[in-house]
Amino acid sequence: MKVAKTGNEAMAEAMRQINPDVVAAYPITPATEIVMIFSQFVADGLVDTEYVAVESEHSAMSACIGASAAGARVMTSTSSQGLALMYEMLYIAAGLRLPIVIGEVNRALSAPINIHGDHSDTMGARDSGWIQIFSENSQEAYDSMIQAILISERAKLPVMVTTDGFIISHCLEVIDMIPDSDVKRFIGEYKPERFLLDIKKPYTLGAIDLQDYYFEHKMQEAEAMKNSKKIIMDVAAEFNKSFGREYGFFEKYKLDDADIAIVCLGSAAGTTKVVVDELRAKGIKAGLLKPRVFRPFPYKEIASELSKVKAISVLDRSDTYSAYAGPVFTEITSALYSSNIQIPVNNYIYGLGGRDIGIADITKVFEELVGISKTKKVERLIGYIGVRE
Amino acid sequence: MASLKELSKKEELFTGGHRLCAGCGAGIIARQVMIACEKPVVVANATGCLEVASTIFPYTAWRVPWFHSAFENAAASISGIETAYNALKKKGKVKEDINFIAFGGDGGTYDIGLQALSGAMERGHRILYICYNNEAYMNTGVQRSSATPKGASTTTAPSGKKSTGKMQMRKDLSAIMVAHNIPYVAQTTLSFQNDLISKVQKALSVNGPSFMNIMQPCRLGWIYPPEDTVRMGRLAADTCIWPIYEVTNGIYKLNYKPKEKKPITEWLKTQGRFKHLFSVGNEDIIKQLQEEVDKNWEKILSLCNEKA
Repeated sequence: MKVAKTGNEAMAEAMRQINPDVVAAYPITPATEIVMIFSQFVADGLVDTEYVAVESEHSAMSACIGASAAGARVMTSTSSQGLALMYEMLYIAAGLRLPIVIGEVNRALSAPINIHGDHSDTMGARDSGWIQIFSENSQEAYDSMIQAILISERAKLPVMVTTDGFIISHCLEVIDMIPDSDVKRFIGEYKPERFLLDIKKPYTLGAIDLQDYYFEHKMQEAEAMKNSKKIIMDVAAEFNKSFGREYGFFEKYKLDDADIAIVCLGSAAGTTKVVVDELRAKGIKAGLLKPRVFRPFPYKEIASELSKVKAISVLDRSDTYSAYAGPVFTEITSALYSSNIQIPVNNYIYGLGGRDIGIADITKVFEELVGISKTKKVERLIGYIGVRE
Repeated sequence: MASLKELSKKEELFTGGHRLCAGCGAGIIARQVMIACEKPVVVANATGCLEVASTIFPYTAWRVPWFHSAFENAAASISGIETAYNALKKKGKVKEDINFIAFGGDGGTYDIGLQALSGAMERGHRILYICYNNEAYMNTGVQRSSATPKGASTTTAPSGKKSTGKMQMRKDLSAIMVAHNIPYVAQTTLSFQNDLISKVQKALSVNGPSFMNIMQPCRLGWIYPPEDTVRMGRLAADTCIWPIYEVTNGIYKLNYKPKEKKPITEWLKTQGRFKHLFSVGNEDIIKQLQEEVDKNWEKILSLCNEKA
């Protein structure tokens, strides 16, 4: 069914259709609407969910972890400082191998305080053991939320599905919603292997784990993340079969015969596609690789897809403040290096604090790539787009 | 309430073999609380002595479902577990009636966990939160907390040539919990088994949140011989350092009134953490502490409608 929904509405609708047992959440701009809309669903009896209006994001994730350990299907939503306040608990959710799904609206981190979209919050949590799925638009966010439930329960790992603050979260787009009954059938019922409320089989969860066991448990967590790759692709295939929309680790846009390529996540990929089309019309073989799944990072697959281009620009909507580069750049170049692929790559940091990135900006990046593809030399490794220097 | 003799025949849900210190009061409290439970129970623990010493993987001292995730969030964790219970019970996926108990030390309760505790109490979850209050951060090596009494020497507020230990009076967390208008708040110590056990049973029977502040003598941090733990708890009540009372739906009731109120020096002289207070020049601290105890005791007596 085609309906006009903002990114936040799309995520809230997905949560309604998923009908989780427990949602514990705390409002934060620009994700607030998700929990507001969902609270109304609870108030109107459209879901069976027990909603816990906690007093902070730390308690939101703590309550989600408790509820998930107790055997419930659990979801929440947050953004920026909220995700940062959850930081301690994110690692615990993953370490305890609990399937929890967050609808995360990407927003800049303080200071200075700013409410607009960039990827600093989500990138800060990139090594927390959560599966991370980025969305280009509301449709992807909606579809990925539904897939995330199955992915997290099969992988026994938590999943965050992200949109870009305001750019997607507050932008009205037409999305194709799946009928409620089909979502219900697709996700099925959650049957945890063991759970705290199974009172006849008591067990201790969250024990102290010292030198002689901790490493094995963390190794298992790392293995689970590796194994989640197949689960993500299986769920995508099931989703495609049921609903006819194709998803994978990434989306390639006119990449197969491209000479030059941009790699970027989220909403900027939409703008990049427009520029690719414009350049193609002029006979320039431009292409795009848009990672959708950032954790686990499909390094071999990405390196293989990029292996035939002559020059790459990686666009990062966050910085690492490492005096080096953005987080996506370091992953992409490391993926190429470990696959013995030598291609000139540069990095642009863009869009911090919601700074707009437009067609002209991305055209300039491609124009520079045309030059690099000929000289095979990167004059400037790391640059900034659209900032007053 | 069944007699202690009868209760002692029940299966122990908190077992021996844990690694708490000899003479540790936290283990005594956990054991008494678990003996008091009449229904199936799920326990959440804040990070702290009780957690680290009772669940060293792959061992556990708990024969009930037990959960720990972090330091400051036992109240939020048990909120989530209790909410999951409500959701799954409604759907018929859980059949039994279950009680929910969280344990936190004074660090995890008075200080770093106060926000989560306040939130959980305000939301009205049907949970019992127990603070095993040993008046300092014992798990990390005796650092001061907001439950530490004035004058006590701790590793972050040590006594020294220019210091008499902690400068500030402790805060009254039980009063803060009463101010949440929850159905049941109680103070006790581990030395009054019948009182402790019957309070746990009352707390678990109310339809809403309940809170117990249980003073737990700590031989390591307070510096006294390990065999004196139970005696210390009784002395806390007899000096009125730690009044034994309960507040049911806002109504205060005194549960123990010493025949003779002992002076605070009787309490202070038994513990190494107060040793420096008996040095020449520190008399005023002892005087201040006595005044504070007297003031608080008068207040409690008045709230409980008791005469001095």
